[in-house]
Amino acid sequence: MSRPWRNAIVIGILLVLAIAVPRLGLPAFYVSLLTQTWIYGILAMSLDLLVGFTGLVSFMQAAFFGIGAYVVAIGATRYHFVDFWPTLLAAILIAGLVAAAFGALALRSEDEGFIIITLALNEIIWGLAYQWVSMSGGDNGITGFLRVNVGPFHTTDNSGFYYLSLAALIVCLTLLVLMVRSPFGLVLVGARERPRRMAALGYNVWLFRYLALIIAGMFAAVAGVLFAYYNEFVGPGSLSLDTTVQVLIMVILGGTGTLIGPLLGAGILVFLSNALSDITQRWVLILGAVYVVTVMYAPDGIVGLVNRLMAKARSRRELSLAAGAAVGGAFHSGEGPK
Amino acid sequence: MTTVAALHDADALGETCLQLSGISKRFGNLHVLDDVALSVRHGERRGIIGPNGAGKTTLFNVIAGELAPTSGKVYLYGRDITRLPPHSRAKLGLARTFQTTTLLPGLTVVENLVLSLQALTPTRFQCFVPRTRYRGFREEALRLLGQVQLEHCADWLVRALGHGEQRQVEILMALAQRPKLLLLDEPTAGLSAADAVLVTDMLRAYRRDVAMVLIEHDLSVVFNVVERITVLHYGRVVAEETVESIHDNPVVQEIYLGGTL
Ligand SMILES: Nc1ncnc2c1ncn2[C@@H]1O[C@H](COP(=O)(O)OP(=O)(O)OP(=O)(O)O)[C@@H](O)[C@H]1O
Ligand SMILES: [Mg+2]
Repeated sequence: MSRPWRNAIVIGILLVLAIAVPRLGLPAFYVSLLTQTWIYGILAMSLDLLVGFTGLVSFMQAAFFGIGAYVVAIGATRYHFVDFWPTLLAAILIAGLVAAAFGALALRSEDEGFIIITLALNEIIWGLAYQWVSMSGGDNGITGFLRVNVGPFHTTDNSGFYYLSLAALIVCLTLLVLMVRSPFGLVLVGARERPRRMAALGYNVWLFRYLALIIAGMFAAVAGVLFAYYNEFVGPGSLSLDTTVQVLIMVILGGTGTLIGPLLGAGILVFLSNALSDITQRWVLILGAVYVVTVMYAPDGIVGLVNRLMAKARSRRELSLAAGAAVGGAFHSGEGPK
Repeated sequence: MTTVAALHDADALGETCLQLSGISKRFGNLHVLDDVALSVRHGERRGIIGPNGAGKTTLFNVIAGELAPTSGKVYLYGRDITRLPPHSRAKLGLARTFQTTTLLPGLTVVENLVLSLQALTPTRFQCFVPRTRYRGFREEALRLLGQVQLEHCADWLVRALGHGEQRQVEILMALAQRPKLLLLDEPTAGLSAADAVLVTDMLRAYRRDVAMVLIEHDLSVVFNVVERITVLHYGRVVAEETVESIHDNPVVQEIYLGGTL
């Protein structure tokens, strides 16, 4: 079977499964965990666009997630701004604007400097949410707004919200896959690999990184909007450093530069954090352990590990078939970035 | 003879492609370039030779915009580009290869070339159309690879190529930019003799409206490709001669001690 066909079938099966989940009679608990997985998945994929494809280890992705969430809560409770689509649009726009400002600041430095500045910028947004009590409710956060129905999705029941999140995930995943496979996506990868070469070719490396930061911020805001509606509550935790670190671990655990890996990582962390909810005080400890194990045994994440095992199996098969004449098998690069 | 003379006249009348005036570059107390003046005409092929550490690569970095000169000016077709960043200079028609091969090792050979081909087109901002739709770029990349008999590596990762092949790809990438001025930093270093000939022939036969500046230690390559040679020594231009007369230059003879020359 050729590769595109196999991929199409795998995607089809996964899609049918994902659609069937709420009807399988599983405990509502699992449906809600999967809903969270789709939401965090969008966030993790948005960060992967930066970490995996553009080579920017940004620590401020939670800020845009939180901005999306607070736009919903503040809009609904303070400005009677309750329609879904205008709210979503406002969240994306505001996140994009803040990303444009923050990106301009953060891209003045590279590598460690970039990490530190993005960390600091994330803390600024967190501090704002924490201390501007009259607007954000401070530590108590904001309640008193409700899920709204979106088109065919009756979000007040959990399966309706599940489908809304799934639809959002599919739209975001499709857009991001298109993006990384586009000419623009190739430029991002080039800028990650050898910025000097890209500049010599005539690419304004700064501009492409800047655009990537803004685009990623907008996707994170979509996840934030869903997160706010899902919980019908928003607190400063959503944009804290904890969230940033968790999302980063989702990306690394699943495999950077793969999009699907970070989605997988999101699922694993969501399920893990729930399974271990009795010992949540140790959650940071567990996250740390997950991180160490990943770095030690699967430095390119679960997707990278699977790819490596599959390549090994394939080359063993080819070896036995071609009795040692398998030249070039190592060069099957497929397409897209590695 | 008439054609040669005519060519020479045309050259003499031709526009100046690259002009450097009073270029100096210091790293702390180290004077790497000292009041360098250089003028390369439209379509000219110029060699730059000089001992290790003479400042040749530093000069390229100043021309390409990676290093700002401590003093002096860089002009491209009369336009002052001294303060432009590298990518803006590339847009004005400047391309280069690096002394140590600088490619995108995790991408395929074709992807490297496509990046070069699309660099100055609006396609580079296209973010929702798959790359596979842009067949023209791929075909052009394959055509370029054909020139050095590397089509069979088109879909290999660059890091799977041998050193010599990588250098050839880097030169192809620079040519794919369709530059007006091409800076080549030791293009044949590390190539096998056969590949060096391939590259030399390709450069010599390349469109005559592209000016090239070539840093090279292998003087047979220099003599094959260029018309004039500039000699750099401790950051100073100590001689500028035609290929025919360089042997007779006393300063050059002294530096090279009659060795390779
Ligand atoms: N970024 C830098 N910082 C400090 N010193 C530098 C820097 N770049 C180059 N130099 C020094 O400048 C001098 C000239 O270096 P350059 O690379 O230009 O020489 P070159 O003529 O290209 O030599 P080679 O033939 O070995 O390539 C050397 O002494 C080098 O150590
Ligand atoms: Mg050098």
